Amino acid sequence: MISKEQIEHIAKLARIELTEKEEEKFANDLSSILDYIDKLNKVDTENIKPIQQITGLESVVRKDEVKNPSTSLGASKILDQAPNKQGNYFKVPKILE
Amino acid sequence: MMDLENLTIESAHKGMLKKEFTCTELVQAYLDKIRKENKEINDFLEITEKLALEQAKKIDNKIERGEKIEGLEGIPIAIKDNILVDGYKCTAGSKILENYKATYDATVIKRLKDAGAIIIGKTNLDEFAMGSSTENSAYGVVKNPIDKTRVPGGSSGGSAAAVVANHCLGAIGSDTGGSVRQPASFCGIVGYKPSYGMVSRYGLIAMSSSLDQIGTFAKTIEDAKLIFDVIKGKDEMDSTIIDQKTLLRQGFGGQAKLQNLRIGVPKEYFAEGINPKVKEKIQKAIDVFKSTGAEIKEISLPLTDYALAVYYIIMPAEVSANLARFDGIKYGFAVRNKKQETRLDSARQARNNLLDSYLKTRAQGFGDEPRRRIILGTYVLSAGYRDAYYNKAQKVRALIKKEFDEAFKSVDVILTPTAPTPAFKIGDKKDPLSMYLSDIYTTPASLAGLPAISVPCGEVNNMPIGLQIIGPQFYDEFIFEIAQIFGQLSK
Repeated sequence: MISKEQIEHIAKLARIELTEKEEEKFANDLSSILDYIDKLNKVDTENIKPIQQITGLESVVRKDEVKNPSTSLGASKILDQAPNKQGNYFKVPKILE
Repeated sequence: MMDLENLTIESAHKGMLKKEFTCTELVQAYLDKIRKENKEINDFLEITEKLALEQAKKIDNKIERGEKIEGLEGIPIAIKDNILVDGYKCTAGSKILENYKATYDATVIKRLKDAGAIIIGKTNLDEFAMGSSTENSAYGVVKNPIDKTRVPGGSSGGSAAAVVANHCLGAIGSDTGGSVRQPASFCGIVGYKPSYGMVSRYGLIAMSSSLDQIGTFAKTIEDAKLIFDVIKGKDEMDSTIIDQKTLLRQGFGGQAKLQNLRIGVPKEYFAEGINPKVKEKIQKAIDVFKSTGAEIKEISLPLTDYALAVYYIIMPAEVSANLARFDGIKYGFAVRNKKQETRLDSARQARNNLLDSYLKTRAQGFGDEPRRRIILGTYVLSAGYRDAYYNKAQKVRALIKKEFDEAFKSVDVILTPTAPTPAFKIGDKKDPLSMYLSDIYTTPASLAGLPAISVPCGEVNNMPIGLQIIGPQFYDEFIFEIAQIFGQLSK
């Protein structure tokens, strides 16, 4: 079971505001999903290494160099998507006095 | 007059070569049909008409000059709206991206364009690809063109519906736990999910990064393969792509012989929960193989029963991380308090204002299902729970992979139903868990990173169902060959 208070806490960590009614609904939904998930406890996983990469690839790296400057997107194209901007900057709420 | 009903990629290609119709005429015919029917089916969120007609003109010029054209040149393809097409909106079916315009082409789009394919439009989907019915889109429910009271499956329901409604000749979707195969089954077409690491995910809006793969839809197996051949392969923008020269198994080079084939039928896929008529049809499909001398072996994959539980830990955990980027700052929908932009009383209040902006942006921007999965994912990753849930799930996932590896020592290919039922009615599955259960046969191959394809294998109550063919990791060519053989035998 997951309580309404737990949902409230988790939702805040996830930066999602919920109404009281939604907290109740999500507490119910998540409880039944978690009940279903609990069946995993029946599987013996002693000494099993968790999967990290299903293909077995490890630490794929490349040289840290600019390859194709002509395909770089350009600041203005990206800034055009911002809900709030000023000049060449994203405009964010002030967090300091 | 073009017979869109019976046109395939192959026959459209021939039609253009023989000058039975121009590429522009072909594209125009599809655009007209989409315009007429999209209001009802709602498979398209945007028709990329300008791009499509520009591309078509280029192909026509090429044909006129007598130049050779390749298999996908001039072929209208629809794109799931969680894949970026430069300059066009990409909403992922969510309000939080209602105004977002892609700033570059996804690798698969670049490759399709380079191959001369026509991008005809962006298709509807469950919000952020989360769902099994395409009822979860912020832009309305998609209807199954075969029976408009039913769902097309999901999450790539728009792409599947577009193919079966003859709004395009092929489509691109994404498959995380079944989102290409299950809608293909519900719509009676071919849907293919490659092995993890075959197709670049650069430019796909991430849902669950260790599972997401881009897949293909078409009316025929040959057509689905043709699209895959164009989009697959090494890409320096996605470090998970395997080097196919060393890893890709080549199948039998078109020479697969059924006499030597060992087919595994896992009994867990026919247990409780399956519609008995679906079971019967799948059995008949297996008999088709049997009659030609293939060896049919009943096998057991006992962990099948746990796959969905593993999936509903790993996927939401990755969702909660991937969707953290939608904060109303860099792009997309944003809620901001007027006061934040002006004068502030104190540092504390300022911080609260920022927090408030995040809370409200994400509360109003995301629909129910993404919020449910973000909260579930945050929970399973939170302090004190990570070991019990996330690490446990990754261990069981390792065992599921091992179980498949073991099975493939005694069989060459595994056959199962794609989904336990045909397409269900719109509005039928109200609680999340019963919706999740419709992916019960598709999630195991996703967790193990295996290639799998759904091919039509008959009807139950006038609705199509699909046979799922699962192969060993990287045996993608091989399962296409097996699918082709089945296609020819069941004609």
